[in-house]
Amino acid sequence: MKGIQAIRIARVLLSSQYAYMLEYRAEIALWALSGVVPFIMLALWSQVDASGGSPGTLGLSRLQLGRYFLSAFIVRQFTIAWVVWAFEEDALQGRLSHALLQPLHPLWRYLSAHLAEQATRLPFVAVLVGLFFLLQPDTVWLPSLAQALTALLAIWMAFAINFLLQSAIAILCFWSERASALERLLYIPYLFLSGLMAPLEVFPPAVRAFALWTPFPYMIAFPAQLLSGNPLTFSGAFAAMAGWIALLLPLVGLLWRAGVRRYSAMGA
Amino acid sequence: MPIVCAERLSKTYRVAQKQPGLGGTLRHFFWRRSRAVEAVRELSFSIEPGEMVGFLGANGAGKTTTLKMLSGLVHPSGGSLQVAGHRPQRRQAPFLQKITLVMGQKQQLIWDLPPLDSFRVNAAVYGLDDSEAKRRINELAEMLELGEELTRPVRKLSLGERMKAELLAALLHRPSLLFLDEPTLGLDVNAQARVRTFLADYNRRYGATVLLTSHYMADITALCPRVLLIHQGSLFYDGSLEALTQRLSPCRMVRLELKTPLPAPALAAYGQVEAINGREVRLLIERNQLTGTVARLLGDLEVLDLEVADPPIEDLIGQLFQKGVVS
Repeated sequence: MKGIQAIRIARVLLSSQYAYMLEYRAEIALWALSGVVPFIMLALWSQVDASGGSPGTLGLSRLQLGRYFLSAFIVRQFTIAWVVWAFEEDALQGRLSHALLQPLHPLWRYLSAHLAEQATRLPFVAVLVGLFFLLQPDTVWLPSLAQALTALLAIWMAFAINFLLQSAIAILCFWSERASALERLLYIPYLFLSGLMAPLEVFPPAVRAFALWTPFPYMIAFPAQLLSGNPLTFSGAFAAMAGWIALLLPLVGLLWRAGVRRYSAMGA
Repeated sequence: MPIVCAERLSKTYRVAQKQPGLGGTLRHFFWRRSRAVEAVRELSFSIEPGEMVGFLGANGAGKTTTLKMLSGLVHPSGGSLQVAGHRPQRRQAPFLQKITLVMGQKQQLIWDLPPLDSFRVNAAVYGLDDSEAKRRINELAEMLELGEELTRPVRKLSLGERMKAELLAALLHRPSLLFLDEPTLGLDVNAQARVRTFLADYNRRYGATVLLTSHYMADITALCPRVLLIHQGSLFYDGSLEALTQRLSPCRMVRLELKTPLPAPALAAYGQVEAINGREVRLLIERNQLTGTVARLLGDLEVLDLEVADPPIEDLIGQLFQKGVVS
């Protein structure tokens, strides 16, 4: 019975959030467009690594490089989390109060909003991918079903890590009113260590080894490698992702229980 | 058995202190200072099921903080609190199923979607099936006189329509305990009256307990036979509105319409002259001298009309806080 109710809540939350996101479709299209950093990086690295079809200094051929950055773009589009900003605003404006007074953990609402936003983003991403293929027809590839499914699982797990990490930071706004500033601190290591700016192979071995101890390479580089069909340079990545989720999930729960005691329902 | 039982309930907030100007900003940056503010101080009261109780008090008196503690939003700093058999701050699902908090300044409806979408979410969250949710929405919509507004985006609704839709969203799970913080704030007189009628109706129909704060005394006088007067976080008065009026004002107001106008000195012998407007006069007369004075007025003067009333409660409470009678 509880399972049926959970499914019903999920269905209703997702459909209403999707309807809400469609109201902001133009904004979401712009957000999708603003995520073209991997394409810029592709253009840059292509200049540096103009080695044609054979593997160059990056260890990737031009085709592999193009597919990697396109995959990185797709992965980024479906792993973006913005819970810290939404939560912070709701907490500071007192809007969180209503969610706290309903028998549903408020973070489920934010999760459903993210998933609905991803669904809204999907056609815009498809258009951008189509444009990319139009401009670089030789990069067109179709991953096998197994490849696509494992990549999908990796993308979903990457999103879970990002969402939980941001949720943990968002909850800190029960202590500090500007938790989003803390998120900014994480953005730089995310940008460089996730593989968004360059494939991880570019970094010196020590930096790469360090990066693998952080959750960042699993947020972009690993799912992008899976999706692009490039040679895999990760080992035990799914286990590492599961480990990060297993670590972050109780941390979020712990922070929530401690933080919510400090909530003063400001502005309400 | 009381549905709300608060004993020595207290809440202290830490509030940052900052002086104005650049110097103050720099000092605040390096040596952050804060002070403790006692929003609620050892408040004790109990409320029986089905009662409608008004919280009165000036801004910052602690009314809203008390409601936030009763609803479980804010953890008390001290004292004990039982609401509907639960400790509110634990916010367990069975407790949340029984209560609702309506804040006149905050909305829960999704801004860009019609209210019906928000109702669907609430119905799912509170475990109502589709047919039951529809039945309740129709019933409450009828009570609130809401119709096609429910299919318009919330942002397109007037303030009054939005407030009514907020009430519907807040009451869909049919809570037995309503915490209402300024539910008529900003509404025009007609909309206020409709909300009041609805709340009285809801209370009668479902036996719900209602705790209400409002700056509109008409809300309190129309709905709440009992009031709690809070001042600086402490309970100043708990009882009926009539008894409060008597306590605050030892006088009653006598409105007279005279056949011919009279100057104030000629009327001063009967009581304190509150106002003279041509042939209309308002006198304040001590309660224990009322009968005799009215008889004298009717005997001595040519009176066309006479009415005895209590002074407006707003004025009394306003005077009370202005004069600092409460201490």
